[in-house]
Amino acid sequence: MSTTETKRGKDTANDAVREFPWWLLAVIAFLVVMAVVIVTQPDFNRAFMFIKGNPGSLEDLGRGGFWAFIGQGITITIAITLIAFALALLFGLLAGLGRINRHFVPRNIAIFYIEFVRGVPTLVLIFTVAYVLVPGLAGLLGIPTGSINSAVRAIVALAVIYGAFLAEIFRAGIESIPRGQMEAARSLGMTYGQAMRHIILPQAIRNTLPALGNDFIAMLKDSSLVSVLAVRDITQQARLYAGSTFRFNESYLVLTFLYLSMTLALSLLLRVLERRLGKNV
Amino acid sequence: MYKSDDIIVVDGLHKYFGHIEAVKGVDLRVRRGEVVIIVGPSGSGKSTVLRCINHLEVPTHGAVYIDGVHLEDKKTDINKVRAEVGMVFQQFNLFPHLTVLENVTIAQRMVRKRSREEAQEIAMEQLRHVGIPEKADAFPRQLSGGQQQRVAIARALAMNPKIMLFDEPTSALDPEMIKEVLDVMLLLAREGMTMVVVTHEMGFARAAADRVVFMDEGRVVEVATPTELFNNPQHERTKLFLSKILGH
Repeated sequence: MSTTETKRGKDTANDAVREFPWWLLAVIAFLVVMAVVIVTQPDFNRAFMFIKGNPGSLEDLGRGGFWAFIGQGITITIAITLIAFALALLFGLLAGLGRINRHFVPRNIAIFYIEFVRGVPTLVLIFTVAYVLVPGLAGLLGIPTGSINSAVRAIVALAVIYGAFLAEIFRAGIESIPRGQMEAARSLGMTYGQAMRHIILPQAIRNTLPALGNDFIAMLKDSSLVSVLAVRDITQQARLYAGSTFRFNESYLVLTFLYLSMTLALSLLLRVLERRLGKNV
Repeated sequence: MYKSDDIIVVDGLHKYFGHIEAVKGVDLRVRRGEVVIIVGPSGSGKSTVLRCINHLEVPTHGAVYIDGVHLEDKKTDINKVRAEVGMVFQQFNLFPHLTVLENVTIAQRMVRKRSREEAQEIAMEQLRHVGIPEKADAFPRQLSGGQQQRVAIARALAMNPKIMLFDEPTSALDPEMIKEVLDVMLLLAREGMTMVVVTHEMGFARAAADRVVFMDEGRVVEVATPTELFNNPQHERTKLFLSKILGH
C-alpha cells in the first residue's frame, strides 16, 4: 500500500521534472548572465552601447524620449521589421487572394510571384530587390534613384520576400473555412468581395494568427540580413564594432543577446495574445 | 418561354461534374405561392437542381428563370436575384464569428442597404417568427442544431425573399429537433411562401406540399400531388423508392 503510494508520488514528481520547460530556464539564464556581464564588464558595456546605437544613455530617456534611450540600432531593427511586416501583410493578402481567384490572370500573377520568391535565396533577393527592382520601379515612377535610402530598399526587399510566404498562410487560412460559409453569404446576395471581407477573412485571419506570429518573429531575425545593404541596424552595428575593435566575443555575444531577448519577449507576448483570442472563438 | 405566374422555370437542365452527369434534363415549373417538394434516393440530382435555382451551381446545359430573369445570362446581376431567393442548407452555415442578430442583419445591411435600426427590427421580427428572439445575442455555437437551423431560416427570411429553397434542412439534426424546424417550415408554407424543398421527411411532404417531384438518376420520374404520389404512384421506380422508405 505505502509502496504504491510512494511510487505514485515519485511518478508525479518525475512527470513534473519531465514536463518543466528547462529550455526556457536555460535561455533565461543565458540572458540574465549576459545582462550581468554587460552591466559589470566595461568591454561588454562599450560593445553594448555601440551596438544598440548611440546616444542610448540613461540621461537620453529624459532628453530624447524612449527611442533615444533604446538606441538607434535597435530602433532601426524594430522599425524595419514593423513597417516591412505591415507591407508584407498587404502583399501577402493580395497574393493570397489572387492565388485562389477563379480568374486565371490574377491567379497566375500571384503564383508567379510566390514561386519566384520561394525559388531564390533570401540574401540574393535582398540584393536583387534593393539594387534592381527598387531602382527599376523608381525609374518608372520618375523618382531619382539616389534619393531612395538603403533603409527604404531594405523594407521593400523584406516586404516582397515575406509577402510571398504570408500569401501561402493566407491562402491556407481561407481554404480552411468550409465552403458552405461562402455559399451561405452568396445565397443572401452578397458579392464575392463582401463575402470574402465580412465572412471569410475574419474567420481565416483568426485561424492564421499563430502562423502570422511565427513569421513576424522570423522577420525580426531576417531583418539582420539587411545589414548587407549597410543599413545601420544592430547587426551592422555589431559588424562595425567588431571590425574596428577586433572584440568579436563581445560584439557577437551582445548581438545574440539582443536578438534572443527580443524574440523571446515576442513569442511570450504572442502566446498570451493567442490565448486571449482563442477564448472568443 | 415562361408564364407570368411561374416564378421558377427550369428548362432542360443538365449538369455534369467532370464526366458524371448528375442531372440529365430536368424541367420544372413552380407557381407563385406553391410548395414543391423534391424527393428521391441520394445521388438522384435533387440538391443539384435546387442549387441551380440560385446559381450556386451553373448548369452545363439548359436554363433557369426566376421571375422571368434568365440566371445564366451574362447580363443578369446574380446578386440581385439571390437577394430574392432565400436558401437554407443542410449544415445551417451560420457565420460562427457573428452573433445571431448579426447573422440575420449583415446581408440586410450590405445587400438591401438597410439602416442598422431597420435591419435589427426586421431581424427581431424574423427571430420571433421562428420562435427564438431570446437568442439574439448568442453565438451560433451556443445553440442546438434545431435552433441554429431556425436562425438560418430567419436569416434568409429577413431579406424578404420571394422564394425559399431548402436543401435537406433536417438531415443534420438530431431526431428530437427535427419537428421544431419542420413546424417553422409548415408555418411558412401556410403563410403562402413559395418553397422548393429537398427532403426525406415524407410526413412533412404530405402535410405541406402542393406537388411532390420524385427524382431518380438525374431525371424527374413523376410529379403529382402528395396524396396521388404516396397512395397511387404510377412508376415502378417511385413504388420501389416509397416501399423502401415507407416500408414499416
